[in-house]
Amino acid sequence: MSNKVEIRGLTKSFGSVQVLHDVDFTVKEGEIVCLIGPSGSGKSTLLRCINQLEEAQSGIIRVDGLIQGWSERSGKLYELSPRNITAQRSHIGMVFQRFNLFPHLTALENIIEAPIHVRGIRRAEAIKQARQLLENVGLANKQDSYPSELSGGQQQRVAIARALAMKPRLMLFDEPTSALDPELVSEVLAVMKNLAEIGMTMIVVTHELGFAREVADRVAFMDQGRIVESGTPEELLTSPRNSRTKSFISSVLQ
Amino acid sequence: MPSTGKSKIMTMGNMSCLEMGRTERIRRKYYGRYVSGLAIVVILLLIVRAFKNGMIDWGIVGEFLTAESILVGLLKTIIMAPLAMLLGLVLGLVIALMRMSPNPVCSSFAVGYMWLFRGSPQLLQLFLWYNIALVFPTITIPYLFSMPTIQVMTPFVATLLGLGICQSAYTAEVFRAGIISVDKGQGEAAAALGMGGGLSMRRIILPQAMRAIVPPVGNEFIGMVKATSLASAIQYTEILNAAQRIYYVNNYVIELLIVATVWYLFIVSLLTIGQSFLERRIGRGFERR
Repeated sequence: MSNKVEIRGLTKSFGSVQVLHDVDFTVKEGEIVCLIGPSGSGKSTLLRCINQLEEAQSGIIRVDGLIQGWSERSGKLYELSPRNITAQRSHIGMVFQRFNLFPHLTALENIIEAPIHVRGIRRAEAIKQARQLLENVGLANKQDSYPSELSGGQQQRVAIARALAMKPRLMLFDEPTSALDPELVSEVLAVMKNLAEIGMTMIVVTHELGFAREVADRVAFMDQGRIVESGTPEELLTSPRNSRTKSFISSVLQ
Repeated sequence: MPSTGKSKIMTMGNMSCLEMGRTERIRRKYYGRYVSGLAIVVILLLIVRAFKNGMIDWGIVGEFLTAESILVGLLKTIIMAPLAMLLGLVLGLVIALMRMSPNPVCSSFAVGYMWLFRGSPQLLQLFLWYNIALVFPTITIPYLFSMPTIQVMTPFVATLLGLGICQSAYTAEVFRAGIISVDKGQGEAAAALGMGGGLSMRRIILPQAMRAIVPPVGNEFIGMVKATSLASAIQYTEILNAAQRIYYVNNYVIELLIVATVWYLFIVSLLTIGQSFLERRIGRGFERR
């Protein structure tokens, strides 16, 4: 299988604080990778670098073989125009911890916004597709609700549908269930499981080890800006080699 | 020990009475409120009586309220205020976006612009625009257009530019505050969906910023209606100027000033109603927050 995402030597600092140390990381086509680790370990930053919400100081990220944010000509990297960066992002779906639905638009309007104005598809067609997506996430009857009228779990499912409406080749999930009340977590995870079953390539930053065990092809543990250990869920979650992985997993399971 | 037992029984007795919810409640009487309320009513009545017996000819007020030149003045105020406000909003948005630009020349220009037009008195700015012919006797656009400035800079144009540009320096800050008030995640979500900066600003950020922008802009608009009265000083015949022209002839100074006041209050009342209507419309999706 080809590499969907290929990260080489990624280094990122916020001011004097280095949050990513020379990270190498690869995700294959159709693979589902869960990133786990303590808060502040750089998981979210890594994810945000992939779709260029953050810019790394050095290192290269390729998605489908294309360097993100730069074009390579005669051994030099030239910064891409905002238009090209925007185009690269439009193929990567992102789901945020705080949902970030557009509060002034209904669920349906949230979903059709980018397909109409970025992809330029016809409104009627966008609406048809959005209705289908809402049905897929179990919210067919909520299309005219504003985000403030939806529960956290419903908002997150709309957010997933909104990202899918752009027909992304890769989905990034940044702690998608961390802001949810415990009883709402499962409905969001169920939608993500469906997505995994249809072969979507997914990178999921999460604290849900149960989800990681059940759905992920691979789990990577990050600590202090480095990927400490990665392997199958079985290997990493049941018999971690690294002592920091071990203590993190036992503290989460408690 | 026995005394403790006794008090326990008494407490339990009170408790049961309260628990059954039958206990009568006596509201406290705030006599001060009656006194102050009455005092205000009396003072108001005294003021009304004073004006009724004062040297105001209310007949004149009624007569001139709908005099033709007053109505023309009213019309000119009603035309000027929205036009100047529109100029202030458009320029204000441009200045606000420049202020937030990563380009240091752009943002410094915006800071300087706001410093200049907020820092000097509005009336003075009107005088400067009106008299700009003293600096530039003719306005020329090469090969296209050349005209004596005095013909271009009529009272109408000078008022429009003076009030509109001064207003833009204030609205720029209102826009900027509104844009900053929108959660950072909104811009990120738009970016992640592949929306460019302009599209995201237009479709996602500004519609939400409007919630924070409309109330102060409504306020500024009311201020603008009243600020048009400054134009009376440069011979733009809005309401106040129209009223002054009449009282210079007939000497009913207070009567005509009251006429002008009535019309200003009328316009501002309409605006207030319009504003609350607009705020409800813009609040869609936020009702339950």
